[in-house]
Amino acid sequence: MSSSRRLFLKQTTVAGSAAIAMGAGLLTPQALLAEWNEAAFKEKDVDAAIKAMTGSASSEESDKIHIKAPDIAENGGVVPVSVTSDIEGATDILILAPNNPVPMVAAFALGEGAETFARTNIKMGKTGDVVAVVKAGDKTYTAKKAVKVTIGGCGG
Amino acid sequence: MAKSSIKLRAKVKDDVVEVKALIKHPMESGNRKDKKTGEKIPPHYITEVVCEHGGKTRLTASLSGGVSKNPYVSFKFKGGASGDPITMSWKDNKGESDTVEAKIK
Repeated sequence: MSSSRRLFLKQTTVAGSAAIAMGAGLLTPQALLAEWNEAAFKEKDVDAAIKAMTGSASSEESDKIHIKAPDIAENGGVVPVSVTSDIEGATDILILAPNNPVPMVAAFALGEGAETFARTNIKMGKTGDVVAVVKAGDKTYTAKKAVKVTIGGCGG
Repeated sequence: MAKSSIKLRAKVKDDVVEVKALIKHPMESGNRKDKKTGEKIPPHYITEVVCEHGGKTRLTASLSGGVSKNPYVSFKFKGGASGDPITMSWKDNKGESDTVEAKIK
């Protein structure tokens, strides 16, 4: 993660996010705010959320990303998603659900020696795609998979 | 805390360590409403999970309210050996946190 990107994010998000956090009584420790990309997790637009998280404006679809998720999820509250990729030099894996109130679900920053693999369970409000993004160098690659949700997991 | 909120398992297979973790956490997104009162349930979710091994950060996962309750996180890395200690910690949006240490099998 380059320092310029960090700086850019700080400049653009700190003012707004701090005010929101204080207003909601959610002021978190400074270290946490610096790490957790609040802008990306608040963004409603998928492309903008990816950009906020990776700093990369353009992304291309890739068949080298493999998403494992059920075709039909009986319970939208728990949808197991795993992402693997053959892309060399991957540094980040993002998982998004574009039809959720907040598309950005999880972001995995791969550390030293980490394989390009991440698995977690996500919530899906309704039927839609699961989008996986892999960042390698300055480039981002995306892939998606449709998941049919029979009972939503967001909202009550 | 008597019992850790994190169940951490790490296993070596063919030079690759597979880490699996199950964290006990409500992961409220803030979009849900209390069915009785009709009021919104405030958000309460894990924002960051960090896994360290051998003095190196192996994974930093940023989560949100879109991750399921009692989140499961799994990843793999190279460079670990059986018996090595591995630690995982999380922080949530309310500033709560927990850390656990396990040994790689």
